[in-house]
Amino acid sequence: MRDPLSSTIREIKPSGIRKFFDLVSEMEDAISLGVGEPDFDTPWHIRDEGIYSLERGRTFYTSNAGLKELKEEIANYLARRIHVSYDYRTEVLVTVGGSEGIDIAMRAMLDPGDEVLIPQPSYVSYEPCTVLAGGKPVIIELKAENEFRLTPEELLEKITDRTKLLVLPFPNNPTGAIMEREDLEAIAKVIIEKDIFVLSDEIYSELSYKGEHVSITSIPGMQERTILINGFSKAYAMTGWRLGYACGPSEIISQMTKIHQFAIMCAPPTRQYAAVEALRTGDEDVAMLREAYDQRRRYLVHAFKEMGLECFEPYGAFYIFPCIKEFGMTSEEFAARFLQEEKVAVVPGTAFGDCGEGFLRISYAYSLDNLKVALGRLEDFIGRLRTEKA
Amino acid sequence: MREKILTYMERNSRVDLKDLAVMLGTDEVTIANEIADMEKEGVICGYHTLIDWDKTSSEKVTALIEVKVTPQRGLGFDKIAERIYNYPEVDCVYLISGGFDFMVMIEGKTMRGVAQFVSEKLSTQDSVLSTATHFILKKYKDHGSIMVPAAKDERILVTP
Repeated sequence: MRDPLSSTIREIKPSGIRKFFDLVSEMEDAISLGVGEPDFDTPWHIRDEGIYSLERGRTFYTSNAGLKELKEEIANYLARRIHVSYDYRTEVLVTVGGSEGIDIAMRAMLDPGDEVLIPQPSYVSYEPCTVLAGGKPVIIELKAENEFRLTPEELLEKITDRTKLLVLPFPNNPTGAIMEREDLEAIAKVIIEKDIFVLSDEIYSELSYKGEHVSITSIPGMQERTILINGFSKAYAMTGWRLGYACGPSEIISQMTKIHQFAIMCAPPTRQYAAVEALRTGDEDVAMLREAYDQRRRYLVHAFKEMGLECFEPYGAFYIFPCIKEFGMTSEEFAARFLQEEKVAVVPGTAFGDCGEGFLRISYAYSLDNLKVALGRLEDFIGRLRTEKA
Repeated sequence: MREKILTYMERNSRVDLKDLAVMLGTDEVTIANEIADMEKEGVICGYHTLIDWDKTSSEKVTALIEVKVTPQRGLGFDKIAERIYNYPEVDCVYLISGGFDFMVMIEGKTMRGVAQFVSEKLSTQDSVLSTATHFILKKYKDHGSIMVPAAKDERILVTP
């Protein structure tokens, strides 16, 4: 029989996290600091609106780019929160999760051989999506000494004549790093000068703990060359709903809408109606979640300091990214032993790129009580490692 | 800071002050002082334990009583409220808007005990015009806590 698979798909490695997931799922009664989603339920009034839309029989296709009300609310929300104005009729596309937006933006923008700059450590889908769209991923290795922010020098160093797109994943999963206004202004200069585009994945924008989140689209000259990706998963604890959006120049959004139309048709209406409710009356929920995460964040930073575990203070998302190089083992070895000996799952930094070696991603999307138990075990574990070494 | 302390403690008054200080980005002394001040000022009026008595072997009945009264000249409602809330079996007294004046919550050992209180102590007061007693059959949620056991964390243990 002939090979049923494409050579492209054979090239793509399965997500690094998969291997670790298999290990964890074999372990009974393991506790976890490994999830990438909120521990809160979707606020009830939002769920209720979804249910109501079903009761009303709103089970038909919506227009391809999404419900008019929802697109309007997205534009209002962005004007309110990041102070950037989008025309909801031509510059907003409702997608099935932010992930779809990333995929179709790349498919709409890349020609074979176009280079895509991907700062790492970062979320696992940028690299495979680039390859699937025919592009060539070029990795920028972010450094702990810069608190994992992207610097203009690092950016310049990797730009070639083939560079088309820069992925900008901040607030960052897995490091918790953010880019402040000065940081963005510095790289914007390079981006404009070199005439490249930006795919700004701001899914964690609401979980930013050092002043207001700044979007690169609000830097002069950047809105017209940026596709902004956001969604409802993290801000409203709606991960399983799979609903996001992409905003950008109508020239790009209209082509992305074409792909979306042929591949997906439209995002399911139930979620779209629930999302309208989230944007109209959910600001307080978001503030409440942000405050809760911020409290845990401070608690973890403090606890790690007490344990003498090296770690920069993260100001975004719900992750903390401590360094474990002092123990002289790889991230995977550390995570595997920690799981085996203490039954706590954490994600090795290498799941998010080779430069994540020597780091762990620890999620604080857990209640304080759960965090305390897990931290207690971590303290025991590293205490043991230190005596072993001594 | 006060509001943050109160928001947290309203849900968990047993929080370790050291932890709370870390979470709010301040030190333990500041937190302890704020709490002491708020206790003195009557902002914090007490610390209670939320108990689901249905899960114990002790028998308790709770009733909500709507009370209609005629306010007394010069004293308004406060004097009448005082006459009601001074009974130890009365749990809460609220002055409310709408078709009646007070909502009184009372806890007793038996239904008969509660009925006796209403007919002998409450209805007999001069200013009380009428009462309507509602027995609570089941508590689903109290002080923001849902009484059914929380669902297990169903999230996949490791996700990107």
